[in-house]
Amino acid sequence: MSLDRSDIEKIAHLARMAVDEDRIEGYATDLSNILGLVAQMDDVETDDVTPMAHPLHMAQRLRVDEVTEVDRREAFQAIAPKVESDLYLVPKVIE
Amino acid sequence: MHNKTIAELGAGLRAGEFSSVELTRHFLERIDSLDEGLNCYITVTPDVALQAAEAADQRISAGYAGPLAGIPIAQKDIFCTQGVKTSCGSRMLDSFISPYDATVVERLNAAGVVMLGKANMDEFAMGSSNETSFYGPVRNPWDRERVPGGSSGGSAALVAARLAVAATGTDTGGSIRQPAALCGITGLKPTYGRVSRYGMIAFASSLDQGGPMTRSAEDAALMLQAMAGFDAKDSTSAEEPLPDFSAGLNDSLQGLKIGLPKEYFGEGLDAGVAASVEAAIEEYRKLGAQVVEISLPNTHLAVPTYYVVAPAECSSNLSRFDGVRYGYRCEDPRDLEDLYKRSRGEGFGEEVKRRIMIGTYALSAGYYDAYYLKAQKIRHLISDDFKAAFEQVDVILGPSTPSTAFGLGEKADDPVTMYLNDIYTIAANLAGLPGMSVPVAPVEGMPVGLQLIGNYFAEAKLLNVAHKLQQATDWHKLAPEGY
Repeated sequence: MSLDRSDIEKIAHLARMAVDEDRIEGYATDLSNILGLVAQMDDVETDDVTPMAHPLHMAQRLRVDEVTEVDRREAFQAIAPKVESDLYLVPKVIE
Repeated sequence: MHNKTIAELGAGLRAGEFSSVELTRHFLERIDSLDEGLNCYITVTPDVALQAAEAADQRISAGYAGPLAGIPIAQKDIFCTQGVKTSCGSRMLDSFISPYDATVVERLNAAGVVMLGKANMDEFAMGSSNETSFYGPVRNPWDRERVPGGSSGGSAALVAARLAVAATGTDTGGSIRQPAALCGITGLKPTYGRVSRYGMIAFASSLDQGGPMTRSAEDAALMLQAMAGFDAKDSTSAEEPLPDFSAGLNDSLQGLKIGLPKEYFGEGLDAGVAASVEAAIEEYRKLGAQVVEISLPNTHLAVPTYYVVAPAECSSNLSRFDGVRYGYRCEDPRDLEDLYKRSRGEGFGEEVKRRIMIGTYALSAGYYDAYYLKAQKIRHLISDDFKAAFEQVDVILGPSTPSTAFGLGEKADDPVTMYLNDIYTIAANLAGLPGMSVPVAPVEGMPVGLQLIGNYFAEAKLLNVAHKLQQATDWHKLAPEGY
């Protein structure tokens, strides 16, 4: 599987991650090489194999539906990039 | 003082030969004079350390202190530490002061350890050489022109250089065992779910596991005892009883069945490393173990499978870093999308970006079956190989890495070559099994690691097998010159 410039741009957009213009070719090469390594999987017949989602085949634990967390808003907002009136600030979304 | 083990230092502390404050100062001075040439620590925390040391001294003199009380250790910078910067080796979290403690940190603190600081690591634990850290590479104390391995490279190098008695590490594809091997220390990756992942910054959640990095198996048992155990805050924490990991250390190995996977001794293994592993196998024969050849036929598929599973989970986990609530935010974002894109683009390094993109691609519409589902199926085959092997043998033994430490920069430009460095360690993560690296005879002055893989929750057996070798040989006592 070989990826080109437009594939990288599309993937980077899906990941909401800016990539440097002059690095796109490099990523295309690197990612194509990694997918080349991954392609070894294609040689294996797996039609009758069940996928393994968890190493211990464990069921998800349930807990009682009660409040266990305390309010720590101040501590959490103290490390935020931008806060005003107890709200996290981001650029205006609606004009 | 810095050459002593946890057990020896604990005895000295309880006998009043020295105090934890004195011990802590000694290590802080060593960090001050020696770490500049190694770059093992991202953050040194002398105030936190001395406060903990004073508290430990009080507990010790009051007579109710456990084996870790007053022992200076380092925490890998992937573990959240309340009030202390927790960077995960990334620009993204350069400004992140954690508002809470990871369960591992909480438990070790409750056991009375003294945290000297936060250890350097590959960015978000993605790397095998510690060269992807935002804070610069760590150098190997055995040869500063070589890498210490990764991603727990700072932890391994600082334990080897005696800049702490022990450290924590995490292992997603070999990140405890590979650097332990390259730096000549003992490292244990427990069974998946044995050690809580709460507050351990997530990379690939179905593979990540924390564990101890120490200078002996005896010390690893003491560290693991404090770190392990069920935690309701981790949804995949195992509800398994916790044995006394030190109780069986001296059990006889008479009749122990050791399996050597033929796939771990084939092409690509350095001849010197093979000879060192052979010498250790000979020691095990002398100790009464039976050695048999086994086969793990899907071994060659471990690295390809891992490079779908790990990036897929990483792309999902790292989507939380969006520049909104904590971490790095770009300057003057035009709109919300620009804020996301540039914060992530500027906050993440090259290797992290590569893996996010591979994962995003593998999980994108139309590709799920071909990549992630296929990988999960092969993961089952790899796991079944081990299941069959453990019907014949008690432990599996092989090399931890194909070669000794490589040069700084040597593999940094070629991700695929770098990935193949974890060829012997990755399968244990995919299967969720415990694995350990123990130092054996060095090759041309560089450390070599012997890997032991055990059955689920058989950490005590691994520690016993490692300890007996360390009782019969002195390889684990070798120290790098100048440290």
